[in-house]
Amino acid sequence: MRPSSPSEPQQQNATTLRQNHVQNEKMMPKISGLLVRVSVSAALLTALIFASACARSPQSQQSAATPSQKAAAPIHDLSGTWDPEAGPGGAVQADGAKNYPSDGKHALPFTPLGEQTFKAHKPGFGITQVPVALANDPMDICDPQGFPRIVLHNFRTSEIVQTANQVLILYEFNKIWRVIWTDGRPLPADPEPRWFGYSVGKWDDDTTFVAQTIGTDDRTWLDNAGRPHSGDLHVEERYHRVDPEHLEMSVTIDDPKMYTQPWVALDKLILKLQPAGFDIREMQCSPSETAKYNKEMGLPAARTK
Amino acid sequence: MRFGIKNRRVLTFAATMGLLAVSAPLFAHHGTASFDTKKQLTMKATITEWYWANPHCLLKFDVKDAKGSIVHWTAETSNPPDMVNRGWSIHSLKPGDQVSVTIEPVKNGAPLGRVLWVEFPDGHKLSSTLIPAKP
Repeated sequence: MRPSSPSEPQQQNATTLRQNHVQNEKMMPKISGLLVRVSVSAALLTALIFASACARSPQSQQSAATPSQKAAAPIHDLSGTWDPEAGPGGAVQADGAKNYPSDGKHALPFTPLGEQTFKAHKPGFGITQVPVALANDPMDICDPQGFPRIVLHNFRTSEIVQTANQVLILYEFNKIWRVIWTDGRPLPADPEPRWFGYSVGKWDDDTTFVAQTIGTDDRTWLDNAGRPHSGDLHVEERYHRVDPEHLEMSVTIDDPKMYTQPWVALDKLILKLQPAGFDIREMQCSPSETAKYNKEMGLPAARTK
Repeated sequence: MRFGIKNRRVLTFAATMGLLAVSAPLFAHHGTASFDTKKQLTMKATITEWYWANPHCLLKFDVKDAKGSIVHWTAETSNPPDMVNRGWSIHSLKPGDQVSVTIEPVKNGAPLGRVLWVEFPDGHKLSSTLIPAKP
């Protein structure tokens, strides 16, 4: 990418201002006072636009897809509290994984088993949604979302903590955390399945951390639309610190039992660093609250006439 | 032409509701299968419970029907963190409050729905689906 040149827009505007000034000098002796006022107004307007562009420039560059124009990213450092750049809740993926929503337009490369398992799942969202009382979403009884659903569905404000031999990710939903080991250990050869699997990671370069996860529990869904996975699931996460304020997050799903080829569920989702001291909200799946909801709302709402 | 603060608020709210009418539901727990998304009901309500909980807060309220009988309604909203982002809190409503509630009802005709917005006696409104516009 071309290095940033923040002065270019200013130079162009300055040139415009200069040209206006020269033109005004040539015209002044020949024109009426009214035209003078018009010219002065035009120059003032140009100056105003120039000043506005200057004032707006840093913000708009920051929020545009060119955050690399900012200061260099810190080396080997993901630490901090991160929110989707789109704002709180901006990465809650109700209809399924962000880059493959269940909308009839994003076909996944299902194997026959994958297709069959997907159809056996009854989600509350996506093209196969059913009323909540008829769903068999494990989340409806507060079973753990597990990994990778925690990042492909209810992904909210998260804190990343680095220790000498771990990267810890603390998630808002259910206040759960994952450990990604960075001490060089291999992934386990024959792991006992866990809701959040087993993760190891290493730095691919100064600003890109790559984690591999296996050993997940096949009772969990990949996302809120009921996409399935098997115990052979292998997930790769890439965290690229673009600059001090932004982190890009990508997630690739590889599960040969369910999908004929790997697919990118999250492609460079941009996260924004939150101020130090940011207090992450609590969001717990409470069985008693869920039971009340199902009794008083979910079940009666799903009854047929 | 210059609008007063009240007019601007009305315009902002109308624009917000217009956006709501064409935007996908934002609830993360379940979809719209149970709800009649093409229908809206606005009712004068007396709040009986504001249950601040996951996966959805529940708003319970009494409404007089055409015959003068009291009907007990229950309507859901999104979860507490989302509602905080949309300007609500656990203290937004309490039993006895008299408000106007606009909901999308369920399809089966039961007195159930999901809250779109609540209007308070002083005219201010809280939307349960969209983050309020910054002044």
